[in-house]
Formats: sequence, structure tokens, C-alpha cells
Amino acid sequence: MHFLRELWDNVREFITTVGSVALFFGRVLAQLPGALLRPSLVVEQVHNTGALSLVIIMTCGLFVGMVLGLTGYDLLQRFGSEEALGTAGALAVTKELGPVVTALLFAGRAGTALASEIGLMRATDQLTAMEMMAVDPMRRVIAPRFAGGIIAMPLLTVIFIAIGIFGVQVVGVQLFKVDAASFWSQMRSSVGLDDIMEGVVKGCVFGVACSLIAVYEGYNAAPTAEGVGRATTRTVVISAVLTLILDYILTAIML
Amino acid sequence: MLSNVASRPIDARTPQDSIVEVRDVHYSIGGRAIFSGLNLQIQRGRITAIMGPSGTGKTTLLRLMTGQIKPDSGQVLFDGIDVSNLGTRELYALRRRMGMLFQNGALLTDEDVFENVAFPLREHTNLPEALIRNIVLTKLQSVGLRGAARLMPSELSGGMARRVALARAMATDPEVLIYDEPFTGLDPISMGMIVRLVRQMNYALGITSIVVSHDVEELAILADASYIIAGGKVAASGSFVELKDHDSEIVHQFINGLADGPVAFHYPAPDYYEDLLTG
Amino acid sequence: MRPTRTVEFSTGLFVLLGFAALFFLVTQITNRELTTNGKSYGVVALFENIGSLKPGAAVSMAGVTVGRVENISYDQQQYKAVVRMRINSQFDRIPKDSDASIMTSGLLGGQYIGITPGGDEQYLKQGDRIEFVQDAFVLENLINQLASTFLRRDQGAAEGGNQGGSQDKAPAEEPKR
Repeated sequence: MHFLRELWDNVREFITTVGSVALFFGRVLAQLPGALLRPSLVVEQVHNTGALSLVIIMTCGLFVGMVLGLTGYDLLQRFGSEEALGTAGALAVTKELGPVVTALLFAGRAGTALASEIGLMRATDQLTAMEMMAVDPMRRVIAPRFAGGIIAMPLLTVIFIAIGIFGVQVVGVQLFKVDAASFWSQMRSSVGLDDIMEGVVKGCVFGVACSLIAVYEGYNAAPTAEGVGRATTRTVVISAVLTLILDYILTAIML
Repeated sequence: MLSNVASRPIDARTPQDSIVEVRDVHYSIGGRAIFSGLNLQIQRGRITAIMGPSGTGKTTLLRLMTGQIKPDSGQVLFDGIDVSNLGTRELYALRRRMGMLFQNGALLTDEDVFENVAFPLREHTNLPEALIRNIVLTKLQSVGLRGAARLMPSELSGGMARRVALARAMATDPEVLIYDEPFTGLDPISMGMIVRLVRQMNYALGITSIVVSHDVEELAILADASYIIAGGKVAASGSFVELKDHDSEIVHQFINGLADGPVAFHYPAPDYYEDLLTG
Repeated sequence: MRPTRTVEFSTGLFVLLGFAALFFLVTQITNRELTTNGKSYGVVALFENIGSLKPGAAVSMAGVTVGRVENISYDQQQYKAVVRMRINSQFDRIPKDSDASIMTSGLLGGQYIGITPGGDEQYLKQGDRIEFVQDAFVLENLINQLASTFLRRDQGAAEGGNQGGSQDKAPAEEPKR
């Protein structure tokens, strides 16, 4: 019986958290138009979450593409369909690997930066000080960071996809000498605008999810050093799980 | 030690009314009662000290006064306005009439000193840049840190950070300044600077100051009126002389810094001999 | 407070890079003809077996895509699959007696409809039906056909003469297995 009581407590805790996040989301959205009226703040945040993540995104994109080229070639070779490498690689990167891996990397780099920054502001009373100065921290601190995240994520996703496909090409055409012409022509005839849109849409959705979790955890961190640390850990874990769940849902919808 | 701090001028202009009133406030968190019937009056134009042993809820009181939390019952009035009934916009308008100095300064870490002091001006006014600059430099000058305008908060010492925070709290010329533990963790020199500044700000600008602290020595010199809060209520109030001779045990222990008394030295534990023998 | 020049520059670079990547993807990666944004006309064909033909599959003549399969449904009166296609309006000279067969592109490729032109002087118009069709290639049917061909050959040989048709015996045994 004790076990059931604990389970019920956990379930109730979970439901409460979900509600809390939803309400927080509403507050952030309400402040979003106001935040966008101060483009300097948003630009700064796009820089922090996006431009500073470029190196990791591009590097990982290249390697993911190249690994896909290797594995894909090995797989397709067993059926004698090496020329389908372009198609297979492009579709895999565009629809799945691109958005998902970018989101995970984003959560790890930009998400933790956001959570720890906001958490630190919470721990050093900066957020309370702002409230005392009659400045709403949601508008001044949270909303611009959220906006920066949701702008940066789709862009990062697209960059990842482009470099990923390039990586597939490097391995397939340069290394395995797959015919370049059929590589690209097969890809062109099988990949459509709707596939790219699918990838971009996923990038947007994951961007909203990961940015929201990062600012939520930071804002609600316990005002201690370990509170901030816990907040950053939770950001990565919850972002990753949520991304993969959303990925399944979106893929099922768009299929 | 503090002999070169100017003596208190007698100001006959300010009326002896209360700008902040706490009336019969009850507040509890999670079943634990923090305040059970608290009554305070903060006089306009004076420096009022609020003291008490650790954990009596001094910070909670400040949060009640500034409308961050609502009392379970009772009223908190600022200039006659009930703080707990205000909507967000009115609350924010009210907060612009207060300035608050946090324990560790709470400066924005990604802006330099100048931008920190300018922050409230930029957020609430549309003043031209030149005017903002003048105001900021004036405020910094009054706390003696005009030369540090371009330093980052991480480059400041504790005392300097607190002085910058004071300049920031003063930036919009509030009527009431609230100091949350302004002396904690400072060396004697910095402490002397803060004491001097608190007094100067209050009397030169004709504002009201509320100092929450437990530095009895500093407050003895600074405060016009004092409250000691213990057990969820006001344990004693009045001028410092009155408090020193107060007959309440808790006040006596607090003022004189006694190790044992109503606030016990020993945390509740089972009988000592039994604990040792059965261990 | 205001971001520095460097910050603004690198942010701008980042955003431009993102759009460049998107542009690259859209132009270089996709080239699937969006056939139905031009004008098109619809024709229909009935098949006994469509194999794995799907809506959106190509309709081609001489290997060139001239249209798309719009919709596949089942007719319970005639017990046949009804395949509706949209042919691009610029291809308006397809003879009425042309042949529509379901073909497979490559070994792993999807199925598509190939139209072989007939000789009629009248051309397909909106709503017309292609009369001559060839169903999808179904492997099991081919094996059955082969099996029954061998079987008949055996029986024919056995009835026609008993002159030591030992050569025929071996193949005749296989299908019985």
C-alpha cells in the first residue's frame, strides 16, 4: 500500500509540474510581443543561443552525415542499390536526424547556458531586485531568451541538415566513388519540399520545447548553488526526453 | 570607531505620521506561523530599525511590505494604500516609490556599474541619454563610486557592490528606502561608509529608511526608532535607550548578545547522560 | 545593454547562414516536379491488380513523367481497382488506344504507370478511360504459370509418345515437389 501511495504522490507531482509549465508558458507567450519590441535584447539572445552553438552544430552535422554515408553505403550495397545513398541519406537527415540531433545538442549547449544563467540570477536575487524596481523579469529576462531560442533552433536545424547532406556526399561520392550524378539526381527526384518543411517544422517545435524547459528550470531553480546545478541537469534530461516523444508524435502526424 | 559620523540633525519639518503601517498581520508558511498579530508603524522621515533573532521572519516582513506576498489576515499599508489588494500595474507603480537594497547587492552581473544604476531609469523613463548620464553620475558620486562607473560587478568588493546597489536604489528618487541586512559581512571601514550613507541619504533627501539588520552596534547609532521582532510579534519597540533597559528576557538577550536565554543554546535533544550511556 | 558590434555581426552571420542553408536545401536537394500546379486533366484506368502502386506515383511515357496517380479506389461492381491519374495539360496527344501498364523502377524502386502510345488518331481527354491495361507483375503468378507450363509439357510428351522421354522426366518431377 505504501508503494501505491508513493506512486500516487509521484503522479500528482508530475501532473502539477505539467500544469506549472503550461501556465509558465502562457506567461512567457504573453510577454513575447513586448520583448520583441526590444530587438537589441532578442538579438543578444539569438547570438547566445544560436551563433555560439554554430561550431558544435556544424561539426556534429558533418560527422553525422559522414557516418550516415558509411552505414548507408554498407547497407544499400547489400541490395546493390548504392545509388540510393543520396536519397536515403538526405531523407534520413532531413526528416529525423537533423531536427532530433540538433535539438539534443541545443539542449546541451544553449539550454544549459540559459538555465544556469537564469538560475544564477534567481540565486543572487537579481530577479527579485528587478521586481522591486518594478521591472517584470518575465519581460526583461525570460521572454527575450525564449524568443532567442525559438528563432535560433530552426536555423540551426537547417544548417545541420545542409551540412549533414554534404557529409553524406563526402563519404558516398568522394570516398566510395558512388556516381555523383545519380547521387544527386536520385536525391532530387525523391526528396520534396514537403520533406524539408517537415524537418523545419520539427526544428521549430523542438525549439519551443527546449527553450521553454530551459527558461522554466532556470526561473524556478532553488536559489542555491546546488539548485542551479540541478536545474541545468534537469534541463538536459527533460529536453531530451520531450524531444524524442514529440519526434514520435510529429513523425506519426506527418507521415 | 564611529566618532566621525555626523550627529543626527533634528528635523522639525517632517510630520510624525506613518508612511508604512503593518496592522495585525498574521502569516504562516506550511503550517508554521511566522507572524501572529504583528503591528508596526514606520514614521515618515525617520530611520527605523527592525531587528530580531535569526529566523524570525525579517525578510518575510520586507516581502509583505513590498507586496511580494500577501498576509493571511491583517493589512499592510503604504501611504494609506493597502498593498495586498493591488493589481500588478498599481503594485509596480507603488514599488517605484520604494527603493530596496538587497543583502548581496543583487546587481545585474552582465552589465557594468553605470548600466546597473541606469537600469531603473531606462526601464521607467524616456529621459534622453545625456540626462540619464548626469543622474547616474550624480548618484554614483553620492556613494563615492563615480570613478568605478565602468567596472563590472564581479570586479567590485562587497562594500563597493552594496554602495552601487544603493545608488541604483536611489536612482528614481524613492520616498522609502529599505535596507535588507546592509552591514552583514563588511569590514569596519565599509560598514562605516554604509552607516554614513544611510544617514546622509535619509536626512539630506528627506526620505524614510527602514533597516532590517541584527547589527546592534551600528543600529544603536543609526536608528531613530527600533523594533525587535520575536515569536511572531513585536517583542519591543522604541528608541534604543528604552530597548536597552527593557525588561523582556528575549530583548535583553538580543540587545546584549547573550549566548543563552529565551533563544536556547542547546538544540532540543534527549537527556545527555542517557544518550551517552545507551550509545 | 545594447549588444556590441561584434555580437550583432555574428548574429547576422548566423541568421544569413541559416537562410543560405535553407536556400541550398530547397534548390539543390529537391526537384521533384510539382506537376499539378500547372493545368492537368484526369483520366482513369481499371486494373485487376495494382501491386504496390500508391497515390502520388508517377505516370510516364517513354520514361518521362507526364502526370501523377491522384487516387486509387476499388470498384465493387467490376471487382477491379480504379486508378485515377492527372496528366499534365501540355501532353494532350495521347492516343485513346494507348496501353497503361504498372511497372517497377529498379529492383527496390516504387511502382509507376507507364503509358505506351497506340495508333488512334483521337486523343485522351478529361474523364476518358484507358481501355488497355497491364496489371502489376506479381511473382507468385509467374511461378504458377511456369509450373503449369512445365506440367502441360510433360503430359503432352507423355501422351504423344513413350519414347524414353527421360529428359522430360527430370523437369516434370520438380513441380510435384
